[in-house]
Amino acid sequence: MRAVRFRRRPQAWWFVAWGLALIWIIPLVYAVWAAIHPARFVTRFILTAPLTIENFLEAWTYAPFYRYFLNTTILVFGLMVAQFVICTLAGFAFARFEFAGSRVAFVLVLVQLMITPEILIVENYRTMSRLGLVDSILAIGLPYAASAFGIFLLRQAFKQVPRELEDAARIDGSSWMGVLRHIYVPLSKATYLAYGLVSISHHWNDFLWPLIITNSVETRPLTVGLAIFAAPESGVDWAVLSAGTLLAIAPLLLVFLVFQRRFTDSFMRAGIR
Amino acid sequence: MFLTAARNNLLYAFGTVIPSIALAIAMAVWVNAKIPGRTLMRLAFFTPTILPLIAAANIWLFFYTPEIGLVNRTLALVGIEGRNWLGDPGTVLWAIVVLSVWKEAGFFMIFYLAGLQAIPRDLNEAAILEGAGPIAVFRYITFPLLTPTTLFVLINVVINAFKRVDQLFILTKGGPNNASNLILYYIYETAFSFFDTSYAGTLTIVLLVVLATLAYVKIRFLDSRVHYQ
Repeated sequence: MRAVRFRRRPQAWWFVAWGLALIWIIPLVYAVWAAIHPARFVTRFILTAPLTIENFLEAWTYAPFYRYFLNTTILVFGLMVAQFVICTLAGFAFARFEFAGSRVAFVLVLVQLMITPEILIVENYRTMSRLGLVDSILAIGLPYAASAFGIFLLRQAFKQVPRELEDAARIDGSSWMGVLRHIYVPLSKATYLAYGLVSISHHWNDFLWPLIITNSVETRPLTVGLAIFAAPESGVDWAVLSAGTLLAIAPLLLVFLVFQRRFTDSFMRAGIR
Repeated sequence: MFLTAARNNLLYAFGTVIPSIALAIAMAVWVNAKIPGRTLMRLAFFTPTILPLIAAANIWLFFYTPEIGLVNRTLALVGIEGRNWLGDPGTVLWAIVVLSVWKEAGFFMIFYLAGLQAIPRDLNEAAILEGAGPIAVFRYITFPLLTPTTLFVLINVVINAFKRVDQLFILTKGGPNNASNLILYYIYETAFSFFDTSYAGTLTIVLLVVLATLAYVKIRFLDSRVHYQ
């Protein structure tokens, strides 16, 4: 009796669970539907509707997506390298050295962690125009290069590296930079991976700041290009718009599908800190 | 005007909190249970998280379109007359809440998933042996043990409500009649459409105080959780 009840009960929930999962994926499935069929099937769901790649071709030629892709790629990878270098050095300093004012400096880093650069659009714009960097890819990334989050994350990782390893290497005559390169960095690989994935997906998707700081095709990242493409003035229909949207999300989505577990693990690690 | 944006932002934050938490827990419990196809299910829940908010807004814009939008057409199937969700000051904010919950619940699911997996199995088993049903187990064991996660998620949902306004650029531009204007979007308008940078700077400080307070609570709470474990 009991066993039966236990087996049956979850099954009712399964349908609710699956229903929710279905609802959750419908927007994406719908975008795919609209993109791969001629425009007249945008609201008519007939399984025999003819397939087409016309919408993708039209989206691709309508807006300079090629250039947007390039800009976003330069941005996310360039920024990631800059963050790795800066946060490694800063994280190492905070993890292993007591220097004059080190506590104050670390509190300042924590302050940046609280007030995310995302909301400082007015002040950052002013800084960039003073530096003469408005409308450059460098300006999109610069406010995020010295990422407090990265410093914090790497400091935590470095702190977990056993001191004995470092001492042994120091006795063997290794320099601080040598210790960092050959011991700390390799032992913190998982943190770098997590931070890298979080950084890439964050900046691939970022919109507000790039919108403000760029105003030409040569600097505009994908998200901003997509928003211009989607504006009513551009006059593209739903099928083409869906195709353009899918083009813009495809690279990150593919990377995510391949590294699914890694992605969720990284987001976890990064979120909890 | 600022007060409207602030009020909207509070409504928006609180409107997203409860459904996000409830759905994130439900998703985590289901994905954690032995339901067939749960890997696919987790994928379905998590995927919206990695899309740019701009792309999500593009897709949802079509859902909310009055004449041919999917929401209204679905409602029409069951005989309910739809409305112009984004054009009506009474519904526009909630339409955006729905989009945010869709976008974020799967993200918070993974934190609950980790929380669930940290709960010792024998606790549940002991309760079941004592005759507790699944709802009682959840109510008296699972949910209370997930409290730290819930606090963490709650603060993050609220922070995001103040930080993420990309969708407004596509869906509403803060309208109609500022009914969906949020603080950060208002700062953007003030600085870059009306070119009043000093007022925008003042508004930024207000937002900074809000976020710094939330972040302070978060860091304090994360500290206390360390002792917890």
